[in-house]
Amino acid sequence: MNHIKTINKQNLKQTAVKGGCGECQASCQSACKTSCTVANQKCENSSNIGK
Amino acid sequence: MIHRYKNNGYNIVLDVNSGAVHIVDDPVYELLGLLGDNCEKIEDECPADILGKLAGEYGENEVCGMYDEVVALHKADQLYSSDDYAQFADKMVSSPLKAMCLHVSHDCNLRCKYCFAGQGVYGGDKKIMSLEVAKAAIDFLIEKSQGRRNLEMDFFGGEPLMNMEVIKSTVEYGRSLEKKHGKVFRFTATTNGMLLDNETSEFLNREMNNVVLSLDGRREVNDAMRPNVGGRGSYHTIVPKYQHFVNIRGERDYYVRGTFTKNNLDFSKDVLHMTELGFNQVSVEPVVSDPELPFSIKENDLPRVFEEYDLLAKLIIERRKAGKGFNFFHFMIDLDQGPCAIKRMRGCGCGNEYAAVDPDGDIYPCHQFVGQPEWKMGSVLSGEYDLDMKQRFAHATVYDKEDCRKCWAKFYCSGGCNANNQQYEGDILRPHTLSCKLEKKRLECAIMIKVALSE
Repeated sequence: MNHIKTINKQNLKQTAVKGGCGECQASCQSACKTSCTVANQKCENSSNIGK
Repeated sequence: MIHRYKNNGYNIVLDVNSGAVHIVDDPVYELLGLLGDNCEKIEDECPADILGKLAGEYGENEVCGMYDEVVALHKADQLYSSDDYAQFADKMVSSPLKAMCLHVSHDCNLRCKYCFAGQGVYGGDKKIMSLEVAKAAIDFLIEKSQGRRNLEMDFFGGEPLMNMEVIKSTVEYGRSLEKKHGKVFRFTATTNGMLLDNETSEFLNREMNNVVLSLDGRREVNDAMRPNVGGRGSYHTIVPKYQHFVNIRGERDYYVRGTFTKNNLDFSKDVLHMTELGFNQVSVEPVVSDPELPFSIKENDLPRVFEEYDLLAKLIIERRKAGKGFNFFHFMIDLDQGPCAIKRMRGCGCGNEYAAVDPDGDIYPCHQFVGQPEWKMGSVLSGEYDLDMKQRFAHATVYDKEDCRKCWAKFYCSGGCNANNQQYEGDILRPHTLSCKLEKKRLECAIMIKVALSE
């Protein structure tokens, strides 16, 4: 491609199918306790990693 | 849906539903602007009206070539990808309880001026949690967490270290039950550091997966907002304790966490100060408070705050490239292996998989609801548990929040803080507007950092 450079090809849709195991950290327990940034949480479901 | 923005010289395009991130040149940035952020159908051929608008400047062949790249990415589900998530949101059911905020102390040895907890007492009386209540909370968490292995318990307050003996005994009790029930406890603590002596530091370092250490940054900034009971600043007491703690912490997680207010909109200096003190895991967050209070951040402060976030983002890139990086919590984002879409739809888990327990054993959706009788969900002593309220929170997804459903940031903030939504907008399903604007800016910076570091 000459005009567009893709930085990241993440496809969230695939993680919806196998996701929701609930083993990852509750986001509010991480650092903030007042505001949410969920996208920095680590996935702990090996079947989703790399998708 | 896409979100396109310019930051630090980059034209960045986020494809909302896939999570793909692209950088584009100026002509494609313009082309995407003509297609619109919410374009639902990408035709194989460049629409005549767009061709007409761009051909004069770029030439017909070039515009068609640019459009072909857009079409190729669309077909690869990485640009204008479809929104298929509502079906999952509709099926959201109540999850097992797996995380608990244990209010071991409704008392505090600081008098922080912005404290959401009313100087630690949450609108009630000073109270310390008994071991009986703490053990009942552990039992309750184990009982209600069927199907979950990893359990989280955060020791919170007030100032939790004012009840250190109960913390130690609670950890011991929890550990004694792990094997029998097939659970792993991840204990964490949030402290103001005033009572952080060597023995306590060693205990916390041994037993806590994460420790949040409160400090607002520069001495004058911290001391203006975080005085002790006698009105004296806390900086000189806590900083040496934190430095000792972090020195012996090794590679394990911690955050030095501060709050910025209208009084220090140049908060990047506080972040830098923290790094100069030797802390490389830093979180500095905007105060969320009644707009009438003099230190509150208001709408008209946002341009200055955004400028500061931009400054901080550039600084982080420079430091990372120089091999002197540090983590700023709200700029941390995992574009490759972050949380799954199901997690992103429901966010913090408040009232559903997460609950707070006060010193009397009463259960609330999260620590910010504690002390509000209408939000009491039950009691770890009686076993009462309001499953209707739990279901209500389980269904507080970004697809149940009208403003979130159409927002580009929905899979990154996940609907924001339900407690702030309730307190400032009157409904857990109505996102707190000011927090949304701040979060979107932080996300733009976070993605830009990733783009800059990928080059």
